[in-house]
Amino acid sequence: MKKIVSLALASTMVLGLLAGCGEKTATTPTPAPTESQAVETPAANDGLFNLNINIASEPQTIDPALNSAVDGAIMTGHLFEGLYRWADSGELVDGVQDCNLAELVPGQAESYEKVANEDGTVTYTFKLRDGIKWSDGKPVTAGDFVYSWRRLATPETAADYCYMIDMVKGYAEINGGIPETDAEGKVVLDEDGNPVIKEYADPTTLGVEAPDDSTFVVTLTYDCPYFLEICAFPATFPVREDVVSADPDGWTHNVETYLSNGAYTLTQWDHNSQIIMAKNENYYDYDKLGPDTITFKLMDDNNAMLTGFNSGELDFIEDMPVDEIPALLSSGDLRIVPYIGTYYVCYNVEKAPFNDPKVRQAFTLAIDAQYIVENVTQTGQVPASGFVPSGVAGKDGDFRAEGGDYWTPATDDEQYAKNVEQAKQLLAEAGYPDGKGFPTVTYLYNTSDNHKKIGEALQQQWQTALGVEVKLENQEWAAFLETRKNGNYQIARNGWIADYNDPISFLDMWLTGGGNNDAQYSNPEYDAAINEAKSTADPEARMTAMHRAEDIIMGQDWALGPIYFYTQKYMLNSDVKGMYYTPLGYFFFDRCTK
Amino acid sequence: MNLGSDKMAKYIVKRVLMALVTILAIASLTFFLMKAIPGNPFLSEKNPPQSVINALNEKYGLNKSVPEQYLIYMGNLLRGDLGESIKTQKNYPVARIIKEMFPTSAKIGAIAISWAVIVGVLLGCISAYYRGRAADSALRVVCTLGISMPSFVVATLLLLWLCGAGKPFPTIFDGSNWRSYVLPCMALGFYPMCYIARQTRTSMLDALSQEYIKTARAKGLLTRKIVLKHALRNAFIPVLTYLGPQIAFVLCGGFVVEKVFTIPGLGKYFVQCITNRDYPVIMGTTIFLASFVIIMNLIVDLLYKVVDPRINLAKED
Repeated sequence: MKKIVSLALASTMVLGLLAGCGEKTATTPTPAPTESQAVETPAANDGLFNLNINIASEPQTIDPALNSAVDGAIMTGHLFEGLYRWADSGELVDGVQDCNLAELVPGQAESYEKVANEDGTVTYTFKLRDGIKWSDGKPVTAGDFVYSWRRLATPETAADYCYMIDMVKGYAEINGGIPETDAEGKVVLDEDGNPVIKEYADPTTLGVEAPDDSTFVVTLTYDCPYFLEICAFPATFPVREDVVSADPDGWTHNVETYLSNGAYTLTQWDHNSQIIMAKNENYYDYDKLGPDTITFKLMDDNNAMLTGFNSGELDFIEDMPVDEIPALLSSGDLRIVPYIGTYYVCYNVEKAPFNDPKVRQAFTLAIDAQYIVENVTQTGQVPASGFVPSGVAGKDGDFRAEGGDYWTPATDDEQYAKNVEQAKQLLAEAGYPDGKGFPTVTYLYNTSDNHKKIGEALQQQWQTALGVEVKLENQEWAAFLETRKNGNYQIARNGWIADYNDPISFLDMWLTGGGNNDAQYSNPEYDAAINEAKSTADPEARMTAMHRAEDIIMGQDWALGPIYFYTQKYMLNSDVKGMYYTPLGYFFFDRCTK
Repeated sequence: MNLGSDKMAKYIVKRVLMALVTILAIASLTFFLMKAIPGNPFLSEKNPPQSVINALNEKYGLNKSVPEQYLIYMGNLLRGDLGESIKTQKNYPVARIIKEMFPTSAKIGAIAISWAVIVGVLLGCISAYYRGRAADSALRVVCTLGISMPSFVVATLLLLWLCGAGKPFPTIFDGSNWRSYVLPCMALGFYPMCYIARQTRTSMLDALSQEYIKTARAKGLLTRKIVLKHALRNAFIPVLTYLGPQIAFVLCGGFVVEKVFTIPGLGKYFVQCITNRDYPVIMGTTIFLASFVIIMNLIVDLLYKVVDPRINLAKED
């Protein structure tokens, strides 16, 4: 054939294109490694101990200050270390055999002194450990902390979690600004009722100082009971001024400039594929570290995760296909640990018919949470009986236990019938006997199989128990968030995970006008209780004020409809020992052995 | 090949200019559509304080009016600046994302489309030649199956059947291991292969019933030569038309296949950037794909002439 055969032509087309797009492309897969692939993962067979972990896919950022996700927190938790850190307590998490509970211990700081000042402020003086170093060998100084905390507080840094240090003196003026005041000293408000900001205070006015290289002094506006936990939170990890200021947006994208002070150091980041970290030779506890390398595999597909785990390519996974969960649970391969968070529905308290607390209470009581956790979510979630979940520290023990139940969760059919009976009565009192005259309401959730199944169960329960008509509507994630934030809904799915182990993490969001107050809830008594909790120095009075707040929002106003308290599931290679976990969702692998 | 070089050059210049206008139009349309969808990149289950949202809006220029943002974006685009990701890969330059992610997607796409064309055309020819016989029926079943099965089903089935311990292929993609390429390429090429086979069969049947084929038969030419040389050249034109945009789509990465096999490719960005409202990434990937489709269509048009010299591309001039 003298002319080009059409088949060859098609291949030419493809080849030609590839030539056009340049680098490292070939039409046939050859085992010969190309340039970018030459750097190999140190695999188990070269004598090094590597753990392959899958938490999620590509993290949005691994800048400790900018990170706001759990996966990013787990990774940065291995790479950096704050004044305090999470360590293995040696105690097992309830109900599992292969995961210990984490406890707070001194990290980069070796000790601290706490002084209550006369003006109500509190000063913490941290003494830094001797010989702490960055991954490039330079010493970690108190000045590094001063720089990092100021950076976190500055609005220009745009750190989602900047408010974690809102108890530090000067933070409010730096991040929120100094409000304009009139001649009488009153704050001037704009049309929306927000204070008019005159100017933003300079970051150097933040209450942090470094009198010498190994002393870091922080002044707090009040005696914050969870402050040490904040000192172990990723947003407060130190970062190095020279690399960050040289390239504020890009320092995390380059292994050379990604200097860290934690147990591990970043050695390789193949975007959308893996993040590899190796033991940091400059770490003070280098000898106690476990794995030589930890590889975070960045994956999206839960079938692939489970297949990878079963084949030994992964040592740890958090996600798997929903259909597989019951079998994995009964075989004992899947473990469940507590996770401080609440899955709930929020009612738009501004719009009829949910502007009536009786209607809200009726809807909350008519939820059969037991059915949902047993048949829909299926991973040991606990039916809720209040908004603050169990596991949150209270006065002496558990805040939930001390606060009691706002209703009895329906653990069996009999109890559920009782709850429904009460719900029907409430609805009748609200003017809708047997649901008569009740308008059709819409339950809004974000598009996802799980939320849909829960939505369908709720729809069924409310319709059957109350005789009302409920429609389901789903929206894509970002649109859903906007709709819910703006209060353009009647009932919406919601969920909240604690940032730190304190009830205030669940309660201060419902202050009037709060950024996360999706229920559009506003009650002056509630605001007063929260403000009291936030200003008192007496721990007992603080807890009492928070219980009072929860009594108002749940027991009196019924603004929220809690369904269940979250749990965290995982699968861990049975040869791996020494993993530990905090119920804030962070797993640690730095001391694992095999 | 004689393309009438002068006329041809003029034609190509005209097409390239048209392509540029098209890309600008696509960029503009995408920009305003994307701004019209509700939501913004900074929404999350936990909303950051207003000060942070203000700072973010200022940093990424989202505090300006939409027409102003549009002019700034188009200005940067003309200078070749695609901006930085706002959320998907915070502060990472979009051009770098494309540059780093595209090669892997292109490699897998190229292999996938190559086997799809070769096998598809071959099966199509066989099917047409043995029309109504057992081979034809069997192939039709396979092709119908292939066209009706979404790629996530094909990919997931391949993953579950063939990946993992004691099975031939690894679960997690590794660019330096040839085994990693087999299943993704198979999954990605399966649909185009079936489509091409069906298309080839249909147009082949049509071609085989033409007068010139009868003439060729009457002249006593070998059947194989008639099918492969005379009929296939005409039968290939519809396939070529299909291939143009299809190559662009396949090379830019199959979202689902890349997700299932953990391939660090460009595919996921097309989807994730929209969920994240990551405006610069939406623009960058859309413009990239659009340019690709336009270039492929141009190449296909030029190839028509190669396959069938009777086609006169520059006719309208």
